[in-house]
Amino acid sequence: MTAETIPIRVPAPGAARDVRAIKVVLHREMLRFVNDRTRLVTMLFQPVLWLFIMGTGLGTLVAGAIPGLDFRTFMYPGMIAMTVISTAMFSAGSIVWDREFGFLREMLVAPVSRGAIVLGKCLGGAIVATGQGVVILAMAGLVGVPYDPLLMVTLLAEMFLAAFTITAFGVTLAARMKNMQTFFGIMQMAIMPMIFLSGAMFPLANLPSWLHVLTTVNPLTYAVDPMRQAVFAHLDVAPQVNAMLNPGVSWFGWQVPIAVEAGLVAAAGLLLLGVAVAQFRRAD
Amino acid sequence: MTETSGSAVSVRGLKKVFGKVEAVKGIDFEVAPGEVFGFLGPNGAGKTTTISMLCTLARPSGGTALVAGHDVVRERDEVRRNIGLVFQDPTLDGYLTAEQNLRFHAELYGLPRALVGERIRQVMEMVALWDRKDGKVMTFSGGMKRRLEIARGLLHSPRVLFLDEPTVGLDPQTRSAIWGYINKLRRTEDITIFMTTHYMDEAEYCDRIAIIDHGEIVVIDSPEALKASVGKDRVQIQTGDDEAAIGALRERFGVEAAVHEGQVTFAVPSGEQFVPRLFAELGVPIKSVSVSRPSLDDVFMSYTGTTIRDAESDAGGANQWMRAMARR
Repeated sequence: MTAETIPIRVPAPGAARDVRAIKVVLHREMLRFVNDRTRLVTMLFQPVLWLFIMGTGLGTLVAGAIPGLDFRTFMYPGMIAMTVISTAMFSAGSIVWDREFGFLREMLVAPVSRGAIVLGKCLGGAIVATGQGVVILAMAGLVGVPYDPLLMVTLLAEMFLAAFTITAFGVTLAARMKNMQTFFGIMQMAIMPMIFLSGAMFPLANLPSWLHVLTTVNPLTYAVDPMRQAVFAHLDVAPQVNAMLNPGVSWFGWQVPIAVEAGLVAAAGLLLLGVAVAQFRRAD
Repeated sequence: MTETSGSAVSVRGLKKVFGKVEAVKGIDFEVAPGEVFGFLGPNGAGKTTTISMLCTLARPSGGTALVAGHDVVRERDEVRRNIGLVFQDPTLDGYLTAEQNLRFHAELYGLPRALVGERIRQVMEMVALWDRKDGKVMTFSGGMKRRLEIARGLLHSPRVLFLDEPTVGLDPQTRSAIWGYINKLRRTEDITIFMTTHYMDEAEYCDRIAIIDHGEIVVIDSPEALKASVGKDRVQIQTGDDEAAIGALRERFGVEAAVHEGQVTFAVPSGEQFVPRLFAELGVPIKSVSVSRPSLDDVFMSYTGTTIRDAESDAGGANQWMRAMARR
């Protein structure tokens, strides 16, 4: 029995320590995701259902109105967004799970900043959700979207941005919740209308004005629209079809550029991240 | 303050109030480096609340506490770097393997990479889990999980290890194994152990114990000194006629006796010398006799006027609530 002491000491806090903490929280998120194949499959089920069943069904109905375009091609960017959003929310929800099963305590009692833990969680959720989105991305050919490298990279970046913001939103929501049921209840209540109003399922052109206002104030609209613009830029569609299905977002007649939309989503993500960190600091 | 600067834990007037309930009512104590210090009391006495404050998980309502020389409020990160924690409720990730759980801890604490692998092996061997390192934690038994938590609590070589009811809910075999590890620890690591328990037999292993009841420390001393302070031995006799024996004890010896566990039981100073007199003068046939030194149960009884079990059923409701508050 050798009782040689290994001279381990916990180093003082600092940037290097925070980076390691961020990385390990993120790493755990990925390990959990890779190990949970059921979740991987169930998360894909809904968007695939929407895309291929609803999309095909509705497609026959509207085929005459959109000559030369498959309705599923229209739905495709929306379904990417939907996949990313639900996966990101689920990742954020694991904070509530961690609290219920005690693991959150292990993280919160460590001599490391709250910001590092929350940021690790948000980045982990964003990467996992983007990974899930890649599966939908791989289906592009099935709905007539070209596998153009530039398009794929653009969509990946936009997916990551949306996923990060949604995870930050979910973590903010989860910061105070004590059980999973409440979290998922509230999440459903928040996410469903946001998806409906985001242009993921129907085009945002020619809507009654009250609905138009709601879609414009819905933050998710600004995550879905850049994806659709990217996809339509790589398609060959008649101008009147494009105007109907890909109208973009306008504020009092001003067409909002993609960069501004992306900036809005990023700003919302950072703001929510700040709120989430503050929530965890306050919980001390 | 020179004497406190060397203490592993130094507490002055520490207080915690939840709403109108004073869970901890201004306690004072010192724990010397290298000591195994036991916090003994019924559930709801304020043990977990005190440990939460010492571990920086709950903010004291008043008073000060220094752990490893650092203030638990003003130098929270310093305290956290120097303590290890094993909670009453598990805090492991069941979906990760045992080793992954420890790796996570090592990264979170920023331990030097070159030493981590070796250190993980060392602590896991100590709790006899090295051969299960690749097992998912959710497949582990309660005892294995507790052992893994102890290993994790030690991973970063804390100067003070806090164990909150480390053996609660475990079978007797696992309980004694865990005590085996704790005893090994005090030999191999330069560490102070602060633990809570409501098992009287376990408090015997501590160097010193503090008895806490209703948020106040009733007494602090070594188990031996505490037992000596009670001063009375417990005598149990089996007789032909218990009623008559109890009556005779009262009349001839002035001793109050009662039937416990089917035997006439009473307490007298120096029981061995009392037994010959008892045979000579009782006048009731005696079938058997046993004399035992006072246990910590008797100590608890003599300081709080109640047994630890009765105290627990008393405090049940308030305790649940306080624990919920402390856990948050």
